[in-house]
Amino acid sequence: MKPARFDYYLPSTLEEALAKLSELGSEGKVLAGGQSLVPMLNMRIAQPAALIDINGLVELDAVACENGALRVGATVRQSTLERSDAALGQVPLLAQALPLIGHWQTRNRGTLCGSLAHADPSAELPLLLAVLDGSVEVHSSRGARTIAARDLFVSFFTTSLEADELIVAAYVPVAPARRCYAFDEVAQRHGDFALVSVACAAEFDEQGALAYLTLALGGASEVPLVVETADALGRHADRELIAALAERASVACDPPSDHHASAAFRRQLVRTLTGRMLTALLRREEAAAT
Amino acid sequence: MISHKAGEHAAIALTLDGAPVVEQAPPRMLLSDFLRQACGKTEVHVGCEHGVCGACTVRVDGRPVRSCLMFAVQVAGHRVETVASLGTRDDLSMLQRQFHEHHALQCGFCTPGILSSAQAFLEEHTDPTEREVVEMLSGHLCRCTGYRAIIDAVLACARERREGIS
Repeated sequence: MKPARFDYYLPSTLEEALAKLSELGSEGKVLAGGQSLVPMLNMRIAQPAALIDINGLVELDAVACENGALRVGATVRQSTLERSDAALGQVPLLAQALPLIGHWQTRNRGTLCGSLAHADPSAELPLLLAVLDGSVEVHSSRGARTIAARDLFVSFFTTSLEADELIVAAYVPVAPARRCYAFDEVAQRHGDFALVSVACAAEFDEQGALAYLTLALGGASEVPLVVETADALGRHADRELIAALAERASVACDPPSDHHASAAFRRQLVRTLTGRMLTALLRREEAAAT
Repeated sequence: MISHKAGEHAAIALTLDGAPVVEQAPPRMLLSDFLRQACGKTEVHVGCEHGVCGACTVRVDGRPVRSCLMFAVQVAGHRVETVASLGTRDDLSMLQRQFHEHHALQCGFCTPGILSSAQAFLEEHTDPTEREVVEMLSGHLCRCTGYRAIIDAVLACARERREGIS
């Protein structure tokens, strides 16, 4: 349970970090909060030749609101977002998702961007970025680019980042006025990896018909899965439609079977959580309308 | 850019339990091992070594974190507090006294980590609900107490702190 040997670099500027990352390529691993990486190092699942610790880059420890999105720098701790009334007000889904991640003690170190780069299919933050259609700002010594959530997650623990690229910030869209959100998961114990998680963003028009709906599943496929819901728009979210969407979600996903749960049980959880979540959103909307 | 080659010892200067300390560690040395082996803080208990059990929890710059998920080289220039910063055998802190009075420990292996978390928690939450205490404790495994007495001790300490302020 001790990591293998590695060289350690603590750059003081982004340029230094990117140059080192470019020099090391796949031999170098970026260390941000370390709450996923260090367990893998301790168990020697990962044995990189070098770690590039980005915690010295103070400019990455910033949260700002830019062009309708919350820009969260790469070293901003999950618990910093959890304590920020401004951030939770602009992205209310964060208030629902953050407490489900690990424990307070790991959120004090863990970062949003680090969780995105790690791309664990059962993690909460990749699912949050997917359901909100957010993006990441990626830099390398060759330049900068923006990657949308749907293009970022490729497979289990795999992103479309090149070996010399660093996620500098995540952009999480600010909630429009009438949008409502839900995030829920089933885990064997609080703080454990979720068996499955479901996130939803919806908007109802004056008549109570669905004007917007995004439904996404975590832990149920190799990447956060956005379920096709376009045909539900304009329809009233009655019991029949909710049941149909829940059924579709359970069929659309491809969950793993392991010693925690079978694929069939995970599908059942997706069906139940999706139905429960959409019903709760509808009730909330009806209560607000009366 | 600061760099340390694998296997080479780096001098790490930090503030440990309020005192300046300089000790040596190679890059791969976990903060938990550094605190125990280089700094003599055997109060820091090492359990699972992958961030699950919470026994090694210490405060870094005030925030409770897993010392098995940080490297010693990462605390250079930072402030680290172990449970030893709370009180002594003859002069227990309020939280330690409440743990004693509520019998909130048995074997004591998890206790240093829990005390470190709970102390930081109480500094942020003057009037916590039981649910908030339980959520904070969910980051710690205790196999003796069943947690009931720990929850009671933390809530009693919160009450005593409030009474002391008012």
